[in-house]
Amino acid sequence: MSEAFLYTVEVFLNGLMAGVLYALVALGFVLIYKASGIFNFAQGVMALFAAMTLVGFQNGQVPFAHLINATFGLHVTNFGWNLHSVVAVFLTVLVMILLAWAVQRFVFRHLVGQEPIILFMATIGLAYFLEGLADLMWGSEIKTLDLCWSAGHCLPQGGNFWIEDMTAGLGGEGFYGFFIDSLDIVAAVVAMVLVAALVAFAQYTKQGRAMRAVADDHQAALSVGVSLNFIWILVWSLAGFVALVAGIMWGAKSGVQFSLSLIALKALPVLMLGGFTSIPGAIVGGLIIGVGEKLFEFLIGAPFLGGATENWFAYMLALLFLVFRPQGLFGEKIIERV
Amino acid sequence: MFYREAGEFRTTYKEDSQTFPIRFDRWRYYFVLFVAICVIPFMVNDYWVNSIFLPFLIYAIAAIGLNILVGYCGQVSLGTGGFMAVGAYACYKLMTAFPDVSMFIHVILAGVITAGVGMLFGLPSLRIKGFYLAVATLAAQFFLVWLFNRVPWFYNYSASGQINAPERDTFGILITGPNTEAWATYVFCLIFTVVSAIIARNLTRGSVGRKWMAIRDMDIAAEIIGVNPLTAKLSAFAISSFFVGISGALFFSVYLGAVEVGEAFGINKSFLVLFMIIIGGLGSIFGSFAGAAFLVLLPVALKVVGVDWLGWPTDIVAHLQLVIVGALIIVFLIAEPHGIAQLWRVTKEKLRLWPFPH
Amino acid sequence: MKMKFATMAVAAVMAAGPVMADLVFPSLSYRTGPYAASGIPFADGYADYFTLLNERDGGIGGAKIRVPECETGYNTEKGVECYESTKGEGALVYQPLSTGITYQLIPKATADGIPIHSMGYGRTSAANGKVFRDVFNYPANYWDGASGAINYLLDENGDDIKGKKIALVYHNSAYGKEPIRTLEELQKTHGFELTLLPVDHPGQEQKSQWLQIRREKPDYVIMWGWGVMNQVAIQEAVNIRYPMENFIGVWWSGSEADVIPAGAAANGYKALTFHGVGKDYPIYDDIQKYVVDTGKAAGAGDQIGTVQYNRGMYAAMLAAEAAKTAQEIHGTPDIDAKMMRDGMEALEITEAKMAALGLPNFGPEFKVSCEEHGGPGLVGVTQWDAAAGTWNVISDYKPTDRELISRLVAEDSAAYAAENNIEPGCN
Repeated sequence: MSEAFLYTVEVFLNGLMAGVLYALVALGFVLIYKASGIFNFAQGVMALFAAMTLVGFQNGQVPFAHLINATFGLHVTNFGWNLHSVVAVFLTVLVMILLAWAVQRFVFRHLVGQEPIILFMATIGLAYFLEGLADLMWGSEIKTLDLCWSAGHCLPQGGNFWIEDMTAGLGGEGFYGFFIDSLDIVAAVVAMVLVAALVAFAQYTKQGRAMRAVADDHQAALSVGVSLNFIWILVWSLAGFVALVAGIMWGAKSGVQFSLSLIALKALPVLMLGGFTSIPGAIVGGLIIGVGEKLFEFLIGAPFLGGATENWFAYMLALLFLVFRPQGLFGEKIIERV
Repeated sequence: MFYREAGEFRTTYKEDSQTFPIRFDRWRYYFVLFVAICVIPFMVNDYWVNSIFLPFLIYAIAAIGLNILVGYCGQVSLGTGGFMAVGAYACYKLMTAFPDVSMFIHVILAGVITAGVGMLFGLPSLRIKGFYLAVATLAAQFFLVWLFNRVPWFYNYSASGQINAPERDTFGILITGPNTEAWATYVFCLIFTVVSAIIARNLTRGSVGRKWMAIRDMDIAAEIIGVNPLTAKLSAFAISSFFVGISGALFFSVYLGAVEVGEAFGINKSFLVLFMIIIGGLGSIFGSFAGAAFLVLLPVALKVVGVDWLGWPTDIVAHLQLVIVGALIIVFLIAEPHGIAQLWRVTKEKLRLWPFPH
Repeated sequence: MKMKFATMAVAAVMAAGPVMADLVFPSLSYRTGPYAASGIPFADGYADYFTLLNERDGGIGGAKIRVPECETGYNTEKGVECYESTKGEGALVYQPLSTGITYQLIPKATADGIPIHSMGYGRTSAANGKVFRDVFNYPANYWDGASGAINYLLDENGDDIKGKKIALVYHNSAYGKEPIRTLEELQKTHGFELTLLPVDHPGQEQKSQWLQIRREKPDYVIMWGWGVMNQVAIQEAVNIRYPMENFIGVWWSGSEADVIPAGAAANGYKALTFHGVGKDYPIYDDIQKYVVDTGKAAGAGDQIGTVQYNRGMYAAMLAAEAAKTAQEIHGTPDIDAKMMRDGMEALEITEAKMAALGLPNFGPEFKVSCEEHGGPGLVGVTQWDAAAGTWNVISDYKPTDRELISRLVAEDSAAYAAENNIEPGCN
């Protein structure tokens, strides 16, 4: 096989992997949008907040240490313990549920029945608030995220040597085999499990059915006795959990810092493409965007346009799709009546 | 007591349909204009102009532009930063190519060029609606920023890709460059802001504006009663982009003087201007001013209180700023979802009866 | 509404601006936002050194030092606000630690007669003091960096890198584009092949760039990164098993925060430098005694001895020495910005001076003059030792291709002078 072809395959595979990561972020958006019609701009910041909280718990950081020190003239920074990752993850999930409750109790309960743009604005306010809060709680310096379930078994980093060795024979002397990031593989598996679990939850459990009922028509659901309050807290908790997973996967690669909140921007074209209301849409959309932008960069962007085309190409691709299907690939058909 | 229409008898249609039909309101408006034109220029120094008035005036123009598109025509756009960049780079190219032409003309031409680009990126709006359109305009945002960063012609082949505003004047008074007087830049921007507001106000209450609002409220119904969605949507994109382009040109040439496209006109700028109009009030010219003032002044005020008065570390203040701005946005939305403009209307109504509400 | 805010702010500013005869060194820092990880230690180092001078020596030449801090978040608009709000307090010199803000301030500060010191960043051609009278960028600039990296590679390869492939991974912004011109010129002289790989802000996603590196297998990778881009790039380099000793970052890509997330595999990564690294200097005893133990350390106090902290301290040290020089020239401890400028232009850093300050062999020896605001441009190389968790100097400060750089500086500054009607010359 020619090397150019092999390289294209490699880029394609990496695009798939990147796509899964985008889909992971997009999933959080879809969950909330489906159940409450809120376009949750704060999803990216929630990922940052969750990852920072996780690292903070792991390292035994004192929350608001800097604020406390500045106000009372103390010098506390650390409880002096290191929590086991599993315990820390568990605690972080609790925090995210608490956050979901607070968001529901203090923000969206007061905004029931408002127009979508108002709800969208409220999530922007929430994004600012959470960003400031996360920095106040845990400090804004960069943190390393290592997730280990037992000694020596951590999230993997680096290329997957097994795949490299297996495929190295396909090409000539200069071909090292396909490069696929181990972390990406883990992320892909986690994402698949997560989606399967979410779909199963929505299909087969009582709460899941209630959730779908709310998504279909929340007034009808209310009239048959579904607690909207509970369902919305549930949905925000799930979104918080998805944010935590996304935060871990991205944070393990780049360290946990401010830019983590910008991954939300990567999810937007995915949402456009897949539709705001479809979980499979988020996955397929993510894969198309991931593969599309990587292939474009490889085939056209880097050789002819000077590179760094990925950001805008993802949006252009989504735009092209939309011109033909304005509701996204899997979105519900828009029926307009006067 | 205030804003009373009692005793005002209007005898012509013209009087009846003026912008400020109540005499008290009109006088208040004249008073604000008087202070802005005749008092402030003699009092300002560099700090006031560069940290408060210029950003306020320039963002107000951008907010008016975006409000036309989002508030009046209902087309949500997140491409404001990109369109401001078009205005800035158009202005830069014009300034360097024709050094002898007055800055007024450069800025207006920059607006015209931006209007053309805006129309081009407005085309998808004919197919795509709502949040989908908002995300689609992000394509414009990212593409334009990439383009200006990538093609050296736009930044005259300078080594770093920065553009710097050379010294230019209008009627012999320096407007750009380091040696400008504070009042000159202030007045220059003030003229653009006031004229923009007047034009926008008159457009939105005329037939064009009514067409936009018909499209916003229900586009299919509008089409049935004879509004052409193509011309209505594209004209909204063009006029909105014209104002946004002017603000971008002023932002670069008068306010900052040197600009790097990714940093100055990034996605954050798009969001910032959108926040301004939503906090200020969609579909309101006053709201554009109020929103711009709110988001320009609040961080400065918080900084002054936190760092200079209370002596807190700067990073805590910066983080608290985010928390407070976020909380305020939420509180605002809960208390008054239609922004400061609506609050203002309610206040006026209250003032009318004050102090005897019954 | 508008007016009410305005009056409030007027009152605030009036209350906040008491007149003091201190030496004011404003610190335009960024402890928040995408680049906070690099901004925090620099700001801490800058503040701590001045605190040390105040505590130990009672200021500079008897005059107390004040360091008002202003948060820019690496944002040019906030940078302008910070500049305008601090310049009235008698600011002596600005060090904004941001190329974007520096470009912004060059014309403004020149008009106001306040010097700018952009140490290792900013506008490179400001090295020509005949055009940029109030701007200094000693002891080294970006173009020195680019040339220094190539010189180091020449050393490694016995002065011959003909036909070698070198890739430049850069932050797609004004800052990242700075070295391109120099590298392209050097390409002509030395005959290497240059590949340009831009990475968009913030640089969270670099898979495409590193896959390209893996495909094309360049002999060396040079990086002009900043913020999260550094961590991701080093992690990706580790992932594709790129030999770390062939990977060289500029001085803004070589701090602890950049390499630690990649763990042990980052061992051997190299970065350029123009000052010493580590805590092995006598001054740290004084900092411990006068600053840390008295509870006056800036920030959380946990950054002492990191690369960026050292750089902040070095910036403060150069500013303090320039202030001393200015006091000597003008015979008064109470200097203003104009005198400070003279002090900076007459600054001479010798080994004896550095040793006396407790910083022996911390930076190169140099002398600033009107013609040369950029210093000698000596560039060293450091290497990361992951096991010990320290940076080690592996190549001492060596000269760069001054002939080429002077030519480029002359070209660029002449263009600036023509654009802004500046009559080049010394006065």
